[in-house]
Amino acid sequence: MDTYTFLRQFADSWMLLGLFGFFLFAVLRVCLPSTNAAHRDSKEIPFRHEDAPAPEFDDATPEEAR
Amino acid sequence: MWDYLKLVLLGLVAVFAAVAANYARDVAYMVHALIIMAVAAGMFVWVLRRTDEYELPKERSLSYMDDVIRAGVIATAFWGVVGFLVGVYIAFQLAFPVLNLEWAQPYANFGRLRPLHTSAVIFAFGGNALLCTSFYVVQRTSAVRLWGGNLAWFVFWGYQLFIVLAATGYLLGGTQSKEYAEPEWYVDLWLTIVWVAYLTVYLGTILNRKEKHIYVANWFFLSFIVTVAMLHVVNNLAVPVSIFGSRSVQVFAGVQDAMTQWWYGHNAVGFFLTAGFLGMMYYFIPKQAERPVYSYKLSIIHFWALIFLYIWAGPHHLHYTALPDWASTLGMVFSVILWMPSWGGMINGLMTLSGAWDKLRTDPIIRMMVVSLGFYGMSTFEGPMMSIRAVNALSHYTDWTIGHVHSGALGWNGMITFGCLYFLTPRLWQRQGLYSLSLVNWHFWLATIGIVLYAASMWVTGIMEGLMWREVDAQGFLVNSFADTVAAKFPMYVVRALGGVLYLTGAIIMCYNLWMTVRAAPAKDAAAPAMAPAE
Repeated sequence: MDTYTFLRQFADSWMLLGLFGFFLFAVLRVCLPSTNAAHRDSKEIPFRHEDAPAPEFDDATPEEAR
Repeated sequence: MWDYLKLVLLGLVAVFAAVAANYARDVAYMVHALIIMAVAAGMFVWVLRRTDEYELPKERSLSYMDDVIRAGVIATAFWGVVGFLVGVYIAFQLAFPVLNLEWAQPYANFGRLRPLHTSAVIFAFGGNALLCTSFYVVQRTSAVRLWGGNLAWFVFWGYQLFIVLAATGYLLGGTQSKEYAEPEWYVDLWLTIVWVAYLTVYLGTILNRKEKHIYVANWFFLSFIVTVAMLHVVNNLAVPVSIFGSRSVQVFAGVQDAMTQWWYGHNAVGFFLTAGFLGMMYYFIPKQAERPVYSYKLSIIHFWALIFLYIWAGPHHLHYTALPDWASTLGMVFSVILWMPSWGGMINGLMTLSGAWDKLRTDPIIRMMVVSLGFYGMSTFEGPMMSIRAVNALSHYTDWTIGHVHSGALGWNGMITFGCLYFLTPRLWQRQGLYSLSLVNWHFWLATIGIVLYAASMWVTGIMEGLMWREVDAQGFLVNSFADTVAAKFPMYVVRALGGVLYLTGAIIMCYNLWMTVRAAPAKDAAAPAMAPAE
């Protein structure tokens, strides 16, 4: 089988399935209710450290550092 | 130690460039060798003067690295005006061919100025905008200083050198004849080095982050950096004819070369001008509206759908060519599906303003950002439509394409960049606010009317010439010669050029406003809050 035919068959079977599966997985994962808290938290990221970085030696977890 | 190594490297580069200038086989290569020699020699002296000097240790992690962003803001505004100016000039060249000045042959011909214009606006203006906003956003959303110290400066100056080499190369006739990828092999190699450094700085900062999650804007920026690296390397695979000449031979040939070129070309639009600028949108619109993005879930779906679909859309540039039908159908189908994530993203951006729509009346900056989203929506509707084979039969090779590109570039990329520059300048130079909001208003209306004139005239003229090209009489003969269509397009060419003049005027007003903001606007009163440790 020449390279073109092999790649062509691979591309529109397993590769297609793999990519589409990954995409579905990504979308489904986003839609899980368990990610709601993380998304609410991420949404606010731009409003936290406008002027200066978070302190260097800080044991606080990111949630507490807000 | 590092300084000595740098001196050795710079010395070697300068000597090699001098040798190369001597043996150069063409003018573009010789001029480039001289530029590189001058830069390397200048850097050599600069590094030499700093070698073994005692440097005060700085408490760097306490503040963001904003100086490189300030430089990026200046470069964005500067290259923007240069790019728009060249664009206006070539628009007038099309209307009045006498502007292809006899005494400036062949350097100021349309054929050489046109790639100068496209590269100046996309890579110099857009690229610098992406560099400085991505550095700004990644620091603020990771809550750490930029990783890699002066590597960010290397990225900035290395990118400017790339721009200068590309621009001078076009004027001197050094081009590998690939649209939006014209620079020759050694310029491509240089850009690859700079781009890898850019990726390193960006990834290093993200890996260092103090926030638990990577904010969605960074996903878009990162996909832009990674994909552009891949596109650039694959599309520019070439074997130089000589190490002392700018000519090279492409590794791909024929239809493979065409497909690779448009896989590159369309994803340059998709990842350089869309994904990267969406990264700007997802940070600066929430900031300017002072409300978080409408739906974070939608923004992530927007991201995955966009990057999964865009990469396949390239073949729609090659309808009715030697490209197999299945490939161009694939490109067309994916382009049409792409409409959904594009509009999802637009709606997400627009709805961020829900509950704050009143700001549109009082804040010309948010108005600019909203109009840019409007143009994003319009051009991402127009694009899939034009990718449909039947529509493409009419629109391809006509100025409709040019109109489409400019409604996206001037409307979406330009307007969101202007909004970001207005946002960034007072913050980066610690000013209370902009010098004049009414000048922003002037800029907004000049730019908007300019785009409307541009897009409308190009629609009219593009559809007209498409129809004229295919018009046949009762015997089946073509009715119009090509020159007939050129003559018929004259009034629309003039209107388009005037639209460009309005847009350029707006940009110059912006430069004045930003300049006066730095010079004359009152400083922010609290003394350097940037150094105060956050609680």
